[in-house]
Formats: sequence, C-alpha cells, structure tokens
Amino acid sequence: MEADSKPKKSGARLCCVCNQNRAALKRPKTLEQICRECFYAVFEEEIHQVILENQLFKPGDRIAIGASGGKDSTVLAYVLSELNRRHNYGLDLFLLSVDEGITGYRDDSLETVKRNELQYGLPLKIVSYKDLYGWTMDEIVKMIGLKNNCTFCGVFRRQALDRGAALLKVDKVATGHNADDIAETVLLNILRGDIARLSRCTSIITGEDGPIPRCKPFKYTYEKEIVMYAYFKKLDYFSTECIYSPNAYRGFAREFIKDLERIRPRAILDIIKSGEDFRISTTTKMPEQGTCERCGYISSQKWCKACVLLEGLNRGLPKLGIGRTQGLNSDGKKDRKRDSRTPSIESKQCGSLEF
Amino acid sequence: MACNSSTCNSSGCYKGYEEEEQPKPNTKAAVNGGNSCQNLCVKCKVNEPVCCGIGGENSRFCKDCFKNNLYGKFKQAVTYNAMITPPDKVLVAFSGGPSSRVVLQFVHEMQYKAQKNYDANKDKSLPVFGVGVAFIDESSTHSFTSQHIEKAIEDIRLIVSNLAPPSKELFVVPIESIFSSDGIDGKERLKELLDAVSDVTGKEDLLSHLRILLLQKIASENGYTRIVLGSCTSRIACHVISATVKGQGYSLSADIQYVDSRWEIPVVLPLRDCPAQELNTLCSLDGSLKIVELLNGPCSGINGLVSSFVKVLQEENPSRECTIVRTAGKLTPFHFNRVPEIHDSNVPSATRRHQKRYTLKPNGSLSSDSFCPICNSPLKKSNFPSSLRSHGSQQNPDLFASACSSCQFQILPKDPSLMEEFLSLLPQQMITKAKHGDQGNFSLLREQIQEFLFSDGENEI
Repeated sequence: MEADSKPKKSGARLCCVCNQNRAALKRPKTLEQICRECFYAVFEEEIHQVILENQLFKPGDRIAIGASGGKDSTVLAYVLSELNRRHNYGLDLFLLSVDEGITGYRDDSLETVKRNELQYGLPLKIVSYKDLYGWTMDEIVKMIGLKNNCTFCGVFRRQALDRGAALLKVDKVATGHNADDIAETVLLNILRGDIARLSRCTSIITGEDGPIPRCKPFKYTYEKEIVMYAYFKKLDYFSTECIYSPNAYRGFAREFIKDLERIRPRAILDIIKSGEDFRISTTTKMPEQGTCERCGYISSQKWCKACVLLEGLNRGLPKLGIGRTQGLNSDGKKDRKRDSRTPSIESKQCGSLEF
Repeated sequence: MACNSSTCNSSGCYKGYEEEEQPKPNTKAAVNGGNSCQNLCVKCKVNEPVCCGIGGENSRFCKDCFKNNLYGKFKQAVTYNAMITPPDKVLVAFSGGPSSRVVLQFVHEMQYKAQKNYDANKDKSLPVFGVGVAFIDESSTHSFTSQHIEKAIEDIRLIVSNLAPPSKELFVVPIESIFSSDGIDGKERLKELLDAVSDVTGKEDLLSHLRILLLQKIASENGYTRIVLGSCTSRIACHVISATVKGQGYSLSADIQYVDSRWEIPVVLPLRDCPAQELNTLCSLDGSLKIVELLNGPCSGINGLVSSFVKVLQEENPSRECTIVRTAGKLTPFHFNRVPEIHDSNVPSATRRHQKRYTLKPNGSLSSDSFCPICNSPLKKSNFPSSLRSHGSQQNPDLFASACSSCQFQILPKDPSLMEEFLSLLPQQMITKAKHGDQGNFSLLREQIQEFLFSDGENEI
C-alpha cells in the first residue's frame, strides 16, 4: 500500500487496538493509528515473541548487552530488563561498552551509558581500544585519513566486544541491530559481491561456533519505532552520528532504504525475508575457520583481520589489510577519483564491516 | 578511423586512418583529451578509438572493435547456452529501445551468416533458424496520441523490413489481446483490471506479467520455439534489487539466468552480459541502429526508485551493475534454467554434448515446484500447506493462497470480497495456472500415499 496521509482532522482519531484512547502516533511499520500505551505494548510484545520463537535465551543465561549509549542499545537494555522481569526469563543482564577513543563523540556517549547503568541497575563494563590495541580511533584516523576508518573500527569493535564478554564471563552478547541495519547489510552484500556474508547476515543468532554467540533481538524492529519508543518513554540516549562516518559506503544503502520506507514500509521486512530465502548453495566456498597465529582469536586466515590492521598501523602502513591483498605486504588498492561530495567508494573486500 | 557522420555506411569508412574532427556528443570519454594515453584502439591497435567500454580509460575501442566486442558477448551467450539451434524459430521481443534494437540486429546478423553458409553449402543439411519480431502496443494503458503510436509503429515496420534478407515476420499486437476477446472489450477489461490494483508498483508489475504472457501467446500461436528478450546487465541488476526489495529472494535466481524454460516457450537473454551503457553507445555510434523512442514512460513506485538507486551506484562505480549481477548469479538456479534437452539430430552433436555439460544437476525438487499463477515465480515449499487447505473446490481456485507473498500484497485486492471479481478480470492463462498449480501438488501427494488409500475413501479427499 502506498503511504498516503490521512486528512489531519482534530476529530476523534481512536487507537485501532484499544479503541478507547486517542491515537497519538502512526506506527511506522504498519501505519496503524495507535495510542501510546498500546504502542508500548505491541512494541514490547513483538520483541518478546521474537525472543521466544527464536529461542534466543534460556533461564540462567548471563547476557552482555552491547551498549553504545545510542538509541538502539539504550532501548534494548530497557526493554530486555523489562521483559526479563515481566516474563521471568531468568537472565543476568550486563552492559558492555566499547570505548573507541573518539573525542567529542564516544566520551559523551559513554557518559550516557554510565547513566544507564544507574537508571536500569545493570552492571557496566567498559573496554577500550587503547587498552586492547594501543590505538584510539582518533589516532587511527590521524594516520589513515577518513577513508576506511569504519573498517578499522568495525573489526576492532567485534574483538573488543568478545574480549569484554569473556571478562564478564557471559554466555551471549545481545546487540541492538535493528531491521533497518540488517536490510542495509543484505543490500550491501549484494552490491559488493559477498555471497558468503549474504548467506549469514540475516541470521538472528551468529557466531555459535565461535567464542561468544551473539543475537539480535531487534532483527524485525524498525529503527523509526525504536526512536519513537525512546522518545515517548523519554529514555536517556545519545543521538549524534559518529563524526567519522559520513563517508561510509553504507550511506548509499541507508538513503535508499529511507526512500523505500516512505513508499512501502514493509519493504524493510521484505528485504530481510529475501535475504533469508536466497538460494545459496551450502557448498559455496565458505571460509574455513581457524585461529589467528598472533593472538589466538577466531580467524579464517593466518592472522585475524584485527592483527593485520594493527600490524599496518604499527608499521606505518595504513593500507595494509585494506583492499585486495595477497599476503600481508601488498597494497592492491586502485586510486579513484575522489569527489568530496560523494561518499567514499571502496568496492573491495574491506574487512568485516558486517556483523 | 571511422568518419564521424552518423549516417555514413560506406564500408570504406571503417578502414580509413583519417583523424577525428568533430567531438562525439554521446561517448563517454573525450578521445582528444588524452594526455599521455596511446591514441589507439586497445583491441586492434590500428584504428583510433572512438568510445570507451565501461572499463573507462583502459578500454578504448574503435567502432568496429567495440561492436565486435559486444557481438562476441552475445554470440558466446547464445552458443554456450544453446539458445538458438538450426531448427528453432525465434521470436524477438522488440520494444524500440536500444537493447531491443541491438539484440534484434545481432540475431539478424547471426541469421544472415547462417543463411550465407546454407547457401554456400552443397548438402543443405542444417536449416537456418527463423526469426520473427513482436512489438506489444501498450498505448491503451497510457495517453500517447494515436499519431505518436502510429508513427512509432511505422518506424518499427521500416526497421524490420530493412533487416531482410532473410525476411522476418512482424507482429504488432495490442496488450489487450491477452484476453481472448479483444477490441473494445479487451481495452475495457484491461483498464478495469489495472484499476483494481491499488499499488502503483503492483500495477506496473502486473502489466509486465501480462506482457510476457502475451509474448508466449504470440510465439505459441505462430510456431515459435524461443523468445529472445533484450534484457541487458543493467536491467537485470535493477531486477535483482527490486526483487530483493519485494521479498522475492527465493525466486530471484529463476529470473536472471540466460535461459528460462518454465514457460511453454523458453525465454532466453543473450544480452545478459552487456551493460546498457555500451548498448546505448553502440546505437549512437552506428547510425543504422535507429531507436524508436516511445514508450511506456518512466517507472514509478519501487521500480523507479530502484532504477535511480542503481543509476547512482553506477555513476559512482561503473562496474557496480556487473557486480550485482555476478553476485546474484551465484545464487542457485532452478532446474528449468536451461534449454530443454535437444533431441534433434540436426543439431550438431558437439552442441548437444556441450549443452549437456552445462546442464545443472537437478536439485531433487524437480516436479514439486509450484508457481505463482500471476507472476509465475517458483514458490518456496512453505507455501505447500496453505494450498492444500484451499483445495476445496476446483471450480474456484483459491487465488490468494496459491499466489506468492509479493503478488498477494501488491497485486491482489486486499478486500476478500473483491477477489471473485478480480479473478474474472484476469486472463485465462493465469486462472488455469491457479487451478493446475494446486492440482500438481495434490496429485504428487496422492501418488505418495496411494498404496494406503482405500478406493471408497476417495470422495472425502
């Protein structure tokens, strides 16, 4: 259905669920008119159903919630503790935060997480790039510039989360990836030719054969609805974009999905469905899993990506691990004309941007 | 090098070494701008280049080599997939646009060469394949003036008549002929049908489903054995994205292969490896490739959005379309994505062996694929139970239950009370499919349990 606007009369527009209260909003997912209370209820109930149907948790699990201070992780922490209470999941919840060392951005959002610790009563652990790798993102960007910085950050963050989770001795990590994120990832993997990732990126639980499994309870939750929930509930969150992100290739997919949502809201879920349904042969060459020789982390190559990137940083070779490389010492990146207006262009395998 | 006159056709032109004078308005890179680039065609290293392939500066071709490069891709697709063999009669779907024009030209050239060989050959063992052209007149769905349409049809007739010998039959068929009754009735019915679809994208997609059904009808009624579409890389890339966006990830791999035999008359895509940009360049370089600008207006809704998205991506990286198609090409095709086996002894055994080699291993689910009656996309097994439930009466096939989720959402009416009427507006071919689709599954099931059934229990099933 096309999203057409209903005439905005001030007459009684009732919530379509309870038919009693006045509708306060239109649900971005379904365009239904709904009151606040019913919105909270349906939002929380849908997530509860996703948790049940996909058996994300079991009683007694210790769960680390990846907390950045942003809206997704704040709402996740809030909703999970609420559902844990309401439905007796029996979970031990923790907040796990990663400090990438981005001044003006991360230090502010960490303040938010520290407040969340108090507000939700969930113990917080912070792991920093500086401690783990010896580099902050500010230092990294100073060295490599504004292209490919998301590659470094993404790779490092994944390991950081795993290390933090190990320190907390948790059974699973829950992240706030929402439906929009996953739809973007599906599109990105098609655009970049990554069939192996395409087959994995819609899974709600990943890394079951790795150190710590991760799950995405928000897999079918729309970003707009998360924002609405946080807004109406007046949740405390940090709402600025990372200062280094404007050039990410993901921006293309994000723009497109925003436009798509305007015409047909359900398209986001349809993309995820397509991603789940793609006929990808199980004999497609999947990376073989081993361990990194340098740090012991899970890796499909001799060295894990984080070690490769770190090596590059430490040796003053910022392009190491970026672009198509054979071994550790060649740089296959072609120069492209850079237009300062368009986002950066890398069409190469740029490390694990995906989750 | 080739002279710049767009209408010059003299063969001497291609061989000359004259310098370029006028700039070519439609080619991508300016030849004269080159600083240190060698001003020679990268392929023959003899002539001066006039245009670039999508590889940019590294693929500067002269006109001949550019065309041969494209023709080579076409030829390879045809032979590799055994698309056209001597006993075939091939119907080329012609819309007037550049891809259509090029595929028609290339098919013609292939036929022409085959004819020459036949004439020169004493024993006349291999017949030349036949070629027909079909143009579907969709003027009843939009508001071009009849003058405009008539002129376009005139131009098309001229184009086709110039592509002789060998001569080709042209079919100009209005879209409403998909219904068994045409004329005013057909127009009205079509209008009612399209009006019954509220979603803009659904309307466009329904029209394209009708289009392919009509092509099938023309081909089948006139003895054609293949339908050739000019779908190029760019179009396929757009289809990959739009199918993903519509939730059709399962059936996507069926639509983008070289061969699609789920139809009565197999449909082939010989220009699958040719980007639109190169086809456009070819048409602008070669004056004889006239395009008939119609036609159906820009797409809106999801299709239009996807089209502009892919365009943006393409501008940022010229090989993006190819990457998209290559990625989608790694999805597992279906068993019907190859030409039906060739049993004709007239076909060289080398071709038959070759085709066999590239036959996909059937993936076991051979006969139990069911298809959406509207868009003919293969349905995932999870649809099975719903079609069983609906197998109440064979008189009124439950259209909703047997359709794919995308058609359920964007084409079929939301209000169940309108379904009956909608059913009556659909062309017969879709209704028949809805009936048989169910039946296929059911009889397969029955086969499996046959031995346990008592004959007197039959009526209850």
